[in-house]
Amino acid sequence: MSSTVPAGLYEQLAYQLSQVIGFIYPNEIETHWSILIVVYPYLTGIVAGAFILASLVKVFNVVEVQPIYRLALLTALSFMLIAGLPLQLHLGHPERAYEIFFTPQPTSAMAMFGFVYLWYLLGILLIEVWLEYRQQLILMAREATGPRTLLYRALSLFSNDVSPAAVAWDHRASRIVTIIGIPSAFLLHGYVGFIFGSIKANPWWGSVLMPIVFLMSAIVSGIAMVMLVYMVISLLRNRKLDMRCLDKVGLFLLVALIVDFALEALDYIHRIYQSEESIKILGELVSVKLFNSLVIVQVALGMLLPMLILAMARSRRVNEDLRKLMYFTSVLLIQLGIFSMRWNVVIGGQLFSKSFRGLMAYKMELTGMESLMTALVLLSLPFIILTVLNYLLPTRWMDEHAHAHA
Amino acid sequence: MNKRDFLKGAVLFFPAAGVLQALACKAEGKELSATATTGYDPTQHWYGMGVDVDKCIGCNRCVEACKAENGVPDEPFYFRTWIERYSIYADGEVKVECISTKTPEQRLADQSEPIDPSVLRTFFVPKLCNQCANPPCVQVCPVGATFQTTDGVVLVDEKRCIGCRYCIQACPYGARYLNPNTRTADKCTFCYHRVTKGLLPACVEVCPTEARIFGDLKARADRLVRFQRQNEISVLKPDLNTEPKVRYAKLDGEVR
Repeated sequence: MSSTVPAGLYEQLAYQLSQVIGFIYPNEIETHWSILIVVYPYLTGIVAGAFILASLVKVFNVVEVQPIYRLALLTALSFMLIAGLPLQLHLGHPERAYEIFFTPQPTSAMAMFGFVYLWYLLGILLIEVWLEYRQQLILMAREATGPRTLLYRALSLFSNDVSPAAVAWDHRASRIVTIIGIPSAFLLHGYVGFIFGSIKANPWWGSVLMPIVFLMSAIVSGIAMVMLVYMVISLLRNRKLDMRCLDKVGLFLLVALIVDFALEALDYIHRIYQSEESIKILGELVSVKLFNSLVIVQVALGMLLPMLILAMARSRRVNEDLRKLMYFTSVLLIQLGIFSMRWNVVIGGQLFSKSFRGLMAYKMELTGMESLMTALVLLSLPFIILTVLNYLLPTRWMDEHAHAHA
Repeated sequence: MNKRDFLKGAVLFFPAAGVLQALACKAEGKELSATATTGYDPTQHWYGMGVDVDKCIGCNRCVEACKAENGVPDEPFYFRTWIERYSIYADGEVKVECISTKTPEQRLADQSEPIDPSVLRTFFVPKLCNQCANPPCVQVCPVGATFQTTDGVVLVDEKRCIGCRYCIQACPYGARYLNPNTRTADKCTFCYHRVTKGLLPACVEVCPTEARIFGDLKARADRLVRFQRQNEISVLKPDLNTEPKVRYAKLDGEVR
């Protein structure tokens, strides 16, 4: 016999073993998908949702949302650049990750991940951002002095044509990319749901509704995140919020939230009514392990309460300041709820035995590779990137243009 | 051609030819015929295992032999095979425990416990990778690191596995773990290194009651085939359509 189990891991597993309720298969003691795998669908969802919000402007001509169009794009890009990182860090052999690209296994739901991710980043997001900013970058390069000139020229990929015909072409191309982008965004996050939903061994995951539930929750989280970022940036820059825009986005958020709630409710009702072999252990899972994170945080605080607040905000009697506060509270609660939803799916699915006879525990580490600290760093990185992007590619000009047009 | 040019050419030619030859061999991708080198032909076999539940006495020797043979970590978190003990009570309650996670002292202490009259019956069930004919773990591996051999054994290539653990999630039987030493997925191999040499898997070899029957489902006159003929056979979680090749005799309906 042999062993060199690292001390930290040993301690974690020994603790988790002491917390087992009932019977589990002995190998099930390790929580294989940790907090990092919770962060991954959370980040990816925001990408897809923010892009869908942006597409409202480009494809569906919702003019009210125009002021946050660029912000939505940059938010999607910032989160996209980090979305793959938690997966990479989670691998037992991160140095072999390239194998997913070079020798993908066609039957694996996960093998397509790299391609879907790359397609979305390179084929959609970067092109869309470039088309949106090209004209402005060229103009900025002409006005700037010193190294900034080169930076802006490089960002515009050294294009130099700002003739009306070229700009019109940008707009047309951007619209086409967005039209392709919508199903791609659906693919990006529906696919994440499929990775879980297709696991027949795990009744908590194995549901045909999983991709669509992930998709709707992605739209909710993305819209809420863009709204949050918009409010915070406006506050920091001491600029007036566009209430017409906020009200419209708030309405879309409310509708998305209702659809998301309906889908998740349908999933639970279906499971309870069908009452399959696993229903007893899943019931125990919810009541013993997930009561706080699912019933209280995800459903009550993260869905029903913001739904109520957003609905109340639609009343004519609510004044502007109060509405801002209501929107702000809702989007914060929604972020909390969506993160809990990811937690409940990923961690929850690993807290009951596939023998359906017992429950496990998950002890999150505070430091180390798969720890709370890494998760917090990963969650803050998109905001740092967004700050840099905002600095390089100002959303402000466009805002002013939009105001000028309005 | 003068002497200098000739030498220059020769210095470049020989290493280059060597590299090209090596590449050509790789590109051809031909595996050496196993039969030619070892006399073993994988196409002639389709391995499986029978487990006679009534014969298992819960001595845990199979588990110890497996750990020793295959370098499975000693800690009670990693098993390629393990033993479950079921107690069926008169009121219908079922108590299950894994005796393999216990220390030998604990197992000994269990044996000296007084008999509980409310227990209808107890039995042991050896568990291991079911070497499914339709394996979900192989289906989900993103890089093809886990695969099914021609002779029907599911293996993991530890040089290719990226440690994403999707296969561990996809296994309905809890048969896989992440080896903390290699950081790759690990599981029962039916002792592939032994069986291809005509030996028995370590767990089968040491079982004192012959509760485990290793065999070849392709051979007509084989112990496993005879075992299947003489017993009513069940497999674990048949509804999942994994088509296990570990076949149980006298398996209680409570076993999952």
